[in-house]
Amino acid sequence: MSDLSMSQATGQNRTGKIILRWVLYLALGLFALFYLMPLFVMITTSLKSLDEIRTGDLIALPRDVTLDAWRTAWSGACTGIQCEGVRPYFWNSILIAIPAVAISTLLGAMNGYVVAQWQFRGANIIFSLMLFGCFIPFQVVLLPMARMLGIMGIAGTIPGLIFVHVIYGLGFTTLFFRNYYVSIPSELTKAAKVDGAGFFRIFWSIFLPLSLPIIVVTVIWQFTQIWNDFLFGVSFSQAGTQPVTVALNNIVNSTTGVKEYNVDMAAAIIAALPTLFVYVVAGKYFIRGLTAGSVKG
Amino acid sequence: MSPILDINNLYKSYGTTEILKDINVSIEPGDFLVLVGPSGCGKSTLLNCIAGLEPITGGAISIDGKDMTHVSPKDRDIAMVFQSYALYPTMTVAKNITFGMKVRGVDQATQDKKLAQVAAQLQIEPLLNRRPGQLSGGQRQRVAMGRALVRDPKLFLFDEPLSNLDAKLRVEMRTEIKALHQNLGASMVYVTHDQIEAMTLATKIVVMKGGVIQQIGSPSEIYNRPANLFVADFMGSPAMNLIPAKAHRAADGTRIEIARNSGGPIVLTDTKNRDLPEDVILGVRPEDIADPDLRGSDATQAADCLIDIVEPAGADTFAVMQLGGKHVTARLHAETTAKPGHSKRLSFDLGKVSYFAPETGLRLN
Ligand SMILES: Nc1ncnc2c1ncn2[C@@H]1O[C@H](COP(=O)(O)OP(=O)(O)O)[C@@H](O)[C@H]1O
Ligand SMILES: [Mg+2]
Repeated sequence: MSDLSMSQATGQNRTGKIILRWVLYLALGLFALFYLMPLFVMITTSLKSLDEIRTGDLIALPRDVTLDAWRTAWSGACTGIQCEGVRPYFWNSILIAIPAVAISTLLGAMNGYVVAQWQFRGANIIFSLMLFGCFIPFQVVLLPMARMLGIMGIAGTIPGLIFVHVIYGLGFTTLFFRNYYVSIPSELTKAAKVDGAGFFRIFWSIFLPLSLPIIVVTVIWQFTQIWNDFLFGVSFSQAGTQPVTVALNNIVNSTTGVKEYNVDMAAAIIAALPTLFVYVVAGKYFIRGLTAGSVKG
Repeated sequence: MSPILDINNLYKSYGTTEILKDINVSIEPGDFLVLVGPSGCGKSTLLNCIAGLEPITGGAISIDGKDMTHVSPKDRDIAMVFQSYALYPTMTVAKNITFGMKVRGVDQATQDKKLAQVAAQLQIEPLLNRRPGQLSGGQRQRVAMGRALVRDPKLFLFDEPLSNLDAKLRVEMRTEIKALHQNLGASMVYVTHDQIEAMTLATKIVVMKGGVIQQIGSPSEIYNRPANLFVADFMGSPAMNLIPAKAHRAADGTRIEIARNSGGPIVLTDTKNRDLPEDVILGVRPEDIADPDLRGSDATQAADCLIDIVEPAGADTFAVMQLGGKHVTARLHAETTAKPGHSKRLSFDLGKVSYFAPETGLRLN
């Protein structure tokens, strides 16, 4: 008798759990659908011809799949007077993002290492100031930065943009690495010093090899920031050095006559692809790196 | 022979906090110096100063006759084993051991030879290709030792190398370190907060408290003639009994009166020590209060004591009683007749007794 009621109770319990689970899945599915909708519309629209867009339904699948819009977006769309598509600007972005990410990550690692492991006088003040740098809005630095670039003679150039992104990113990259390195026992540095290793040797041989998770986090963060940046790009570039975000804006805003939605969509997707790629490739390290605890020898 | 390590008037402050005060220590080649003291008394700081990992605020350090006060760690010809072992996490055991040689540009053949030698000595050959993360605590400890041994330095520095091991392994490694010291004849400075480790390993002990050296001496000096109440209390287990007592001059020596809860005071006669002040603190090791039938020096005298607690500990039995208002422990033999709540005749051996001044805590005899 009591056995029976028990098994009934657990049975009810189990059905309850299953129902709950399905409700959860349903909710998650709806959210996913909601967030994927714009992407779906973008992709389908980019594959339609202009005629079909004008006559058809916004969320309908394309009747005739065509890559014309992608071709135009890549190499033919007009950004003002030039009609070369996003291709040259895409390369500009790569030329800006890759060195800027590499340099800011490396310098951030070095800064973090110094602040966390070489307790010199004023280390905390310097770190606080760098942290403060993270919270300065972009707009505030625009004018002084323009002046600086002018003085340095790199205004409007790609090295100039790299410089801007490195400077602006340093606060964040230093923060990431410092927080990672403070959890590493200082005895490790001491042991290496006794072994005869100097400042750079300890960094290269001991700290950098430990840093993969935080390097991944920093690279994703920096790449996303720099690739998606519009304000610095539009302020500090000139014709020929503009990044893809600026080009995308020009394509969307400066087409006269008919709006080529399919080309706009394709261009937008192209501009977003690299960050998407970085997340897909390194995303799992990102989560792991953010939650990674201290390194136990 | 010049001392292998000579520390003169060393001071160390962090900001305005003085951590080490007027440290003077010197050791001869082959000495095993143990720095012992409670946590936070500045032992690690002193070791780091010797290694050159912390700059000192005042004084001088010389190693093997050369002034090393401002020399960087790598040029001091030292090797150090850390409390956390501080193995390089991304390197294999072999790489950990050879890293120092690699940094100093030792050629590959010599590196391989020395690695093989040390690995054999510490029996860690099967571990050479593993990472520190794949080792047990004891194995990591060995690797850390290997990294120091391979250096073949003038001076070894150990910072509580056994404190992260479990009790059994700790005793094993202790013996091994002692054997290592004897075989190598190397000079060592060893930090511990464990007074038993200090007693078993040292040829010379430095007892520290609050950044000040309390006493320097051989283990037997420290044990038998503690310089003050702190050392008396800190070194030895169970601790030395420190009993408030009254001293009176008599024809044949000094009468020592110890108050008892019931009955009159215990009166003992010390024939060796004269000229004591009236108020003293009597320091007696538990083994000097024993069953009367046992051996003892001719300074042995018996008295009846009311036993409060009996604690059998295998080889010995400890009896606790109340004398002079303090708990006093006697070390009796395993088959003792002592029973809690009963009186028992115990013999007091004043042959190795210590007297301290109650106000200053300093040794009187
Ligand atoms: N970097 C530091 N800055 C300030 N105070 C410190 C520092 N390192 C150690 N101390 C202080 O110095 C004292 C001695 O520390 P330590 O030498 O580690 O003690 P022990 O090794 O004897 O346990 C402690 O009170 C500790 O708080
Ligand atoms: Mg310590």
